[in-house]
Amino acid sequence: MNPPEVAKPTPPAPKKPRRVGFGPRLSRWDFKFSPYLYISPFFILFFIVGLFPIAFTAVISFMDWDLVRNTGTFIGFDQYAYVLSNPKFWIALRNTFSIFLISSVPQLIFAIFIAAILDQNIRAKTFWRMGVLLPYVMAPVAVALIFSNMFGDQYGIVNTTLQNLGLPAVPWHSNAFASHIAIATMVNFRWTGYNTLILLAAMQAIPRDYYEAATVDGAGKVRQFFSITVPSLRPTLIFVIITSTIGGLQIFDEPRMYDQYGTGGANYQWLTITLWLYDIGWGEWNFGRAAALAWILFIIILAIGVINLFVTQGLVRNEGGRTAMTRAQRRTAARLAKRDVAATKSNKHQTEEAGS
Amino acid sequence: MKSRALRRAATVAAVASTAALVLAGCAGSSDGGSSADGGDITLTVATFNDFGYTDALLQKYMDENPGVTVVQNKAATSNDARANYFQKLGKTGLADVEAIEVDWLPEVMEYSDLLAPVPTDLTDRWLDWKVEAATDADGNLIGYGTDIGPEGVCYRSDLFEAAGLPTDRDEVAAMLEGDWSTYFEAGDEYVAATGKAFFDSAGGTYQGMVNQLPAAYEDPDTGDITATTNTEVEDIYNQVLDASATQSAHLGQWSDDWMAGLSNGAFATMLCPGWMLGVISGNAADTTGWDIANVFPGGGGNWGGSYLTVPANGEHVEAAQKLADWLTAPEQQIAAFDEAGTFPSQNEALTDSTLLDATNEYFNNAPVGQILTDRANAVTVAPFKGAFYFQINDAMQKALTRVEDGTQDAQQSWDQWVSEVDALQ
Repeated sequence: MNPPEVAKPTPPAPKKPRRVGFGPRLSRWDFKFSPYLYISPFFILFFIVGLFPIAFTAVISFMDWDLVRNTGTFIGFDQYAYVLSNPKFWIALRNTFSIFLISSVPQLIFAIFIAAILDQNIRAKTFWRMGVLLPYVMAPVAVALIFSNMFGDQYGIVNTTLQNLGLPAVPWHSNAFASHIAIATMVNFRWTGYNTLILLAAMQAIPRDYYEAATVDGAGKVRQFFSITVPSLRPTLIFVIITSTIGGLQIFDEPRMYDQYGTGGANYQWLTITLWLYDIGWGEWNFGRAAALAWILFIIILAIGVINLFVTQGLVRNEGGRTAMTRAQRRTAARLAKRDVAATKSNKHQTEEAGS
Repeated sequence: MKSRALRRAATVAAVASTAALVLAGCAGSSDGGSSADGGDITLTVATFNDFGYTDALLQKYMDENPGVTVVQNKAATSNDARANYFQKLGKTGLADVEAIEVDWLPEVMEYSDLLAPVPTDLTDRWLDWKVEAATDADGNLIGYGTDIGPEGVCYRSDLFEAAGLPTDRDEVAAMLEGDWSTYFEAGDEYVAATGKAFFDSAGGTYQGMVNQLPAAYEDPDTGDITATTNTEVEDIYNQVLDASATQSAHLGQWSDDWMAGLSNGAFATMLCPGWMLGVISGNAADTTGWDIANVFPGGGGNWGGSYLTVPANGEHVEAAQKLADWLTAPEQQIAAFDEAGTFPSQNEALTDSTLLDATNEYFNNAPVGQILTDRANAVTVAPFKGAFYFQINDAMQKALTRVEDGTQDAQQSWDQWVSEVDALQ
């Protein structure tokens, strides 16, 4: 630190030439910090409206909270202990993962196949491509209303059809697995088209040369699909899997609208974590407990996210290093390649010069 | 419509800003309770579903009370109203007069100190049990009773005829007169004759039975949970499930299947509070044969109903109390009954000839006014509902459903209910 400067008469400075733009330091700052300034509004807003409620939820999760009087008494980890020791929590966890798996897996498989078909040369491409997105436009509550009517135990259209075909009726509301399938159907109906479009965009980015080369080599459509399309979709698939994981763990509208009470069934057959969270908060007015459950859900999603991250990294690394080379070998290969490129360039240069 | 809403909004804004100016100008003025010296005020009334408060009715009040503007906000469902109520109670943002439903009255009673009590000279206007339910430990009545849900028995006369049972509503009443075993015996007879279900669900029937117990789940003095050791509850549970095995259509109330069952003859009888008449006629408009008998097994029964409350921290508490008083006066209760079928809870209204002469065309021109009045007078018990009532009752409804849909047997389901109730505290 310099000592504070003593005021002294300043000699009239020589007139500097007027410069347009920032000085070197300013422009360096501009270069360094401006991007952060440009994206800061989002983060400032997030800190105010996002982070504060999250922190506040953490605080009241340790309290016996009275929403009306806005007061609470500190009771430590009791709320967490209550949630974790309640059998409903484990049932809800089971249901959430069950619904998530039987919705996401078939959904992605269907999405890839539909996208592959849309990727072909068909008439009225845009019409079909936008068509698959139509279910996504429908409000989830409307979808749930229609489907829960269809899945009525006695007079629903699905069971009526099954019985007309001579098959036994399915107990959609008393069998846990049947209810998961019904709810997963609603999720699939709404989200398959959305994922299809994302995968379709990724497919369009695959160079057509690959397919041409494969055709020349004599590979059929099916072989091309499994050997070119699917491997090339890997990064996009990872994105789609992560987003549908987050969505799947937060599933709420469909199970909520599945019956007339919206509390997950008589034996909690389709009680999901968010559904229980809502019921504790807005049904029993126990916000301390609801906050504790919210944090537990947050930790679960975080854990799944970390697992996802490791799996993702594994897949990506796998893609980069298809030929199992050591680091030294890769370096050598890269050096050689660089030299080749340089050689080609100079050759080209020479031939161009010679040509002119 | 739009222009009216706009004009109304403009009026509200104008009145509100005027009021603000007036209040700012003369600090220390009264809370604007009487319009004579406080200037113009706007009172808001928050209701849900349909309380039968028409614009014409509110206009009548405004004409009688110059300087007062009444604005009604209607929430679509009572759940919306409930969420809104508890988010804002004790803070700001509630209407001057807020409607509540008996379903969440026990929760409201926990915060009775945040509500302005009904003046004591009004308390004997209502049916005793209506007053009793909304009176807190300090003896303050916190709600102005609006409607009640006296229960009769609705039945399908065409299905009764096919089963060889009486079809005339007086004969049906005579047949069902008695306790619940009489009702279930009639059910056995019906099932034996037709092979079809007699009532809609164990849950709905249980609700009618448990509402006759003075203290089903909790000790009124201490608030302790007594549900799991109360033999009366266990008896009702076993009785209704015994009957349900053969007589119930196993259709959970309000489910899509139940709605279909109202019109396709899946069941022949149903316990019927006054407001249920509208549910039946609305969902089974093309079905003929529904009728209502002036009888209820085991004495009278009440299911549902509402109150108006006045939040104590409102800006115009006195004026709001005056409005709530007026809205629940006999003439207005009759007007609301005419408009929306909400059955009055005022002693005086229950003797009104408009009410007594009311008939319902859909229910074979049944004299519903007279029948429901008789049913209301037959109610003798105001069931005690404490802080845990709804969680326990909800768990019980789930327990009954588990047996009805075949997930568990009666004993397993009871045991699970007991463990769930034990986990509540």
